[in-house]
Amino acid sequence: MNKEHGRTAVRSIVGLVGVAVGAMLPLAAAHAAEKVKVGLMLPYTGTYAALGTAITNGFKQYVAEQGGMLAGREVEYFVVDDESNPAKATENANKLVKRDEVDVLVGTVHSGVALAMAKVARDSKTLMIIPNAGADELTGPLCAPNVFRTSFTNWQPAYAMGKVAAERGHKTAVTLTWKYAAGEQAVNGFADAFKGAGGKVLKQLTLPFPGVEFQPYLTEIASLKPDAVYVFFAGGGAVKFVKDYDAAGLKSSIPLYSSGFLTDGTLGAMGGAGEGLLTALQYADGLDVAKDKDFRSAYAASYKMQPDVYAVQGYDAAQLLKSGLDAVKTGKLEQGAMIKAMESATIDSPRGAFTLSKAHNPVQDIYLRKAEGEENKVVGVAAGKLADPARGCRM
Amino acid sequence: MNPTTQSRVAMIFKLAVLAGVIAFPVFGSAFYTEMVAKVLVLAIFAMSLDLLVGFTGLVSLGHAAYFGIAAYAVALATPKYDPANLWVVFPLAVLAAALAAFFIGLFVLRTKGIYFIMVTLAFAQMAYYIFHDTPLGGGSDGIYVNFKPDATIAGWTPFDLNEPLQLYYIVVLALVAVFAFLSLVLRSPFGRVLVGIRSNEHRMQSLGYATFRYKLAAFTLAGALAGVAGFLYAVLFGFVTPEYLSWHQSGNVLMMVILGGMGNLGGAVLGAFAFIGLQELFSDWTKHWQLLMGGVIVAAVLFMPGGLSALPRRILKVVNGERGNG
Amino acid sequence: MDFTTFLIQILNALQYGLLLFLVASGLTLVFGIMGIINLAHGSFYMIGAYLAFALTSMTGNLMLSIALGIPLAFAFGALLEWLLFAHLYKRDHLEQVLLTYGLILIFEELRSITMGDDVHGVDIPAMFSASIPLSDTLSYPVYRILISVVCLALAGGLWWLMQRTRLGMMIRAGSHDRDMVQSLGIDINLLYRTVFALGVALAALAGMLAAPISSVYPGMGGSVLIISFVIVVIGGIGSVWGALLAALLIGFADTFGKVLVPDLAGLVVYLVMAAVLLWRPEGIFRKG
Repeated sequence: MNKEHGRTAVRSIVGLVGVAVGAMLPLAAAHAAEKVKVGLMLPYTGTYAALGTAITNGFKQYVAEQGGMLAGREVEYFVVDDESNPAKATENANKLVKRDEVDVLVGTVHSGVALAMAKVARDSKTLMIIPNAGADELTGPLCAPNVFRTSFTNWQPAYAMGKVAAERGHKTAVTLTWKYAAGEQAVNGFADAFKGAGGKVLKQLTLPFPGVEFQPYLTEIASLKPDAVYVFFAGGGAVKFVKDYDAAGLKSSIPLYSSGFLTDGTLGAMGGAGEGLLTALQYADGLDVAKDKDFRSAYAASYKMQPDVYAVQGYDAAQLLKSGLDAVKTGKLEQGAMIKAMESATIDSPRGAFTLSKAHNPVQDIYLRKAEGEENKVVGVAAGKLADPARGCRM
Repeated sequence: MNPTTQSRVAMIFKLAVLAGVIAFPVFGSAFYTEMVAKVLVLAIFAMSLDLLVGFTGLVSLGHAAYFGIAAYAVALATPKYDPANLWVVFPLAVLAAALAAFFIGLFVLRTKGIYFIMVTLAFAQMAYYIFHDTPLGGGSDGIYVNFKPDATIAGWTPFDLNEPLQLYYIVVLALVAVFAFLSLVLRSPFGRVLVGIRSNEHRMQSLGYATFRYKLAAFTLAGALAGVAGFLYAVLFGFVTPEYLSWHQSGNVLMMVILGGMGNLGGAVLGAFAFIGLQELFSDWTKHWQLLMGGVIVAAVLFMPGGLSALPRRILKVVNGERGNG
Repeated sequence: MDFTTFLIQILNALQYGLLLFLVASGLTLVFGIMGIINLAHGSFYMIGAYLAFALTSMTGNLMLSIALGIPLAFAFGALLEWLLFAHLYKRDHLEQVLLTYGLILIFEELRSITMGDDVHGVDIPAMFSASIPLSDTLSYPVYRILISVVCLALAGGLWWLMQRTRLGMMIRAGSHDRDMVQSLGIDINLLYRTVFALGVALAALAGMLAAPISSVYPGMGGSVLIISFVIVVIGGIGSVWGALLAALLIGFADTFGKVLVPDLAGLVVYLVMAAVLLWRPEGIFRKG
């Protein structure tokens, strides 16, 4: 009796398996649609969480506009929260590259984290697109054929600001920023343009990162009496600095200039202290670019909020990826062909169309913006088609 | 269970874990093998701190400084286009960490109790700022270890650190070596003096021991071993950032020690596995995983004095106790 | 630098030091009286700032928010002591360090869940929003002067509390000999709870006062924590005078360090601490 049960059981199982396989075959054929595995490594917690979310939203917005696929391939997302923590960056990147075996790594916001990611990308020869981190060296001494950027170098908006400051007739300037790489690179960019136009940087002040006790520096700036002040701050520090600068009466006596990060998303918290500030950035509110108008209304409809420069950079990262995928139609993702296509792509960005430099960084217009209410309205082009000099890049 | 049986069980358990670790690359993927290697390196880091905290009674909240200094030594000693020689850069890194520990120890060991905890933290912050702010460390973004060190000596290359499997087994070897070394040290007269200092320093002093020297020696040794961990970490990941010296890193390693149970080298290893394991588990559940982690730490302190390694003993006590009273 | 600038920098140093004192005073009280090391102290500062933000958003008035916030913080401190810290008195320092480190993680995440990760600003009340011109380019915000005055008043108030009231007497006695005080019929548990709640309230008050001139953002507790530690170490655990002196010393060292040796500015505070420790390993005014 038991033997019979056993045989019946085996036959039933074989039968079931057969039916199941038979049923799956047509499904398998249908799902033979190609995939592209996108690894998103961005901050979803901590100070930069809003930026990570905006970049992700922008990226997905583009994919949605393409009907949920990029160049006929289904996009499979793998997401890692990098927490803006450089100490865990390498392992987090490895999660995507070695564990999930993504085809492209997209990230991140914090430059220290991006640096670790870029090393993983280079060592594993994974394609990488940087949708924000502005560390000059990533498209400079550490540039690589498989590393691209759709955002900016710290140098670019700062250089543009320096150009404007000189054009406005200022002869002397003092700079102030945190003592960290991004600040140093920005100040150097400003100085390049300002000094190049005959201006003089009286002093380059720095304070320990991430300190927000600015009073001693405001006092020193006041005693130096420069024609202009250039600063590089972001986030909480930006809000505090602008409020302190205003409360110290300096806003009305010495004009303040900065890269756009000072006033992007922070004007509300400044409570009016930032009104009228001129900043330079590759994006602005009120741009007269058709693509921007479409992008803004679509984004607002999808996400119930206005996009910012980070969303644009994420959107453009998806565009850049698509340009690469277009070159490999179907089959295996041949990196050489993808890179070639991406290098020569023109990205139809909401910020205005841009191309990539030889070091894989955007060659783009940097806009001059003025803070009005909670917006940074475009008032002109600070520097047109500006390319980062990519010093030290051997590509 | 009598003590001999207890220690035999513990030994069997440790050997089983070691066997598992040695056999892991056969079963695990390349990614998870690297993750286990990371845990093993952190276990070395935890053991070095356990020497201070668990055995000598010195609660250091700045131990990451020596870890980070060794890591930076590797990165700074590696040329741009060639690998550095392992037999040069390894002693260099460990020596750098040991020297830093010695000099900082001269300062901090003058204080006791709460003061000691805080000044170790403050000196670690100083080291952090040196690497973060000055050109010495290459700045806040961090720097690469351009190439993994080359193990060639007199023309013969015993192993290649670029091969993940070989690197893994070097890490395992390092763990076993540090474990054995510390076990010997702790069993020696020197080690016994340290334990004596932990239970009652005045008594040791009245017995004629120059406790300051012993504490300084322990502090320096712990720093050197943290340097071994820092060296391996830099080689494993190829990237060094000032965050390796942050007080969060110091706090994490302290948590590993208490999670596993202080005064117990095996406990430190267990703690490293438990800490990273919980971190990975919680991160998979929620992005607010630090809430869960914080909860575990609070619960561990309140309800698990003695850590995980004391758990079997406590469970046995409960079990035997019930049997005894029944 | 010229004389006017020098004077203004002194003013900056004083104001910064006084605010630091306010934050550190709670820490030294809890340390000194109850012997507990509390890493979550920076979190209380953060909680104060976020409380100011939340309450001001609701009431529109910072002064009212502070008036509401102080008792709230006090109650929160008492609750926390009853729930967790009461268990720590008999534990060793390591366990205190770890438990309070775990608390930091919990508070940060709770803050993230309830209030989000955005940066917020708090408006200075209209009557204090003016600035006094000090030179032809520089003005000094009235609000900062107000903060300095408040901190000084609090320093005086704390001194009066500790030296001239029965509660202060009990607190000082309780820190010397817990059992004796208990045998005298004084409820030591309630006493400790009061002191802890006071420490939390002081830190939260510092956060509330500073909120308009700093921004309210994730991780703001971290840097405050470490510098509070340095102040308590330099000043001597348990000494309110020591905390005031040390805070002023740090205020001056930090301010003039930034101006005179900018490349080493981040290290100056720790170098000062190292120097003090060489001279007096238990702080300037060690207790007892």
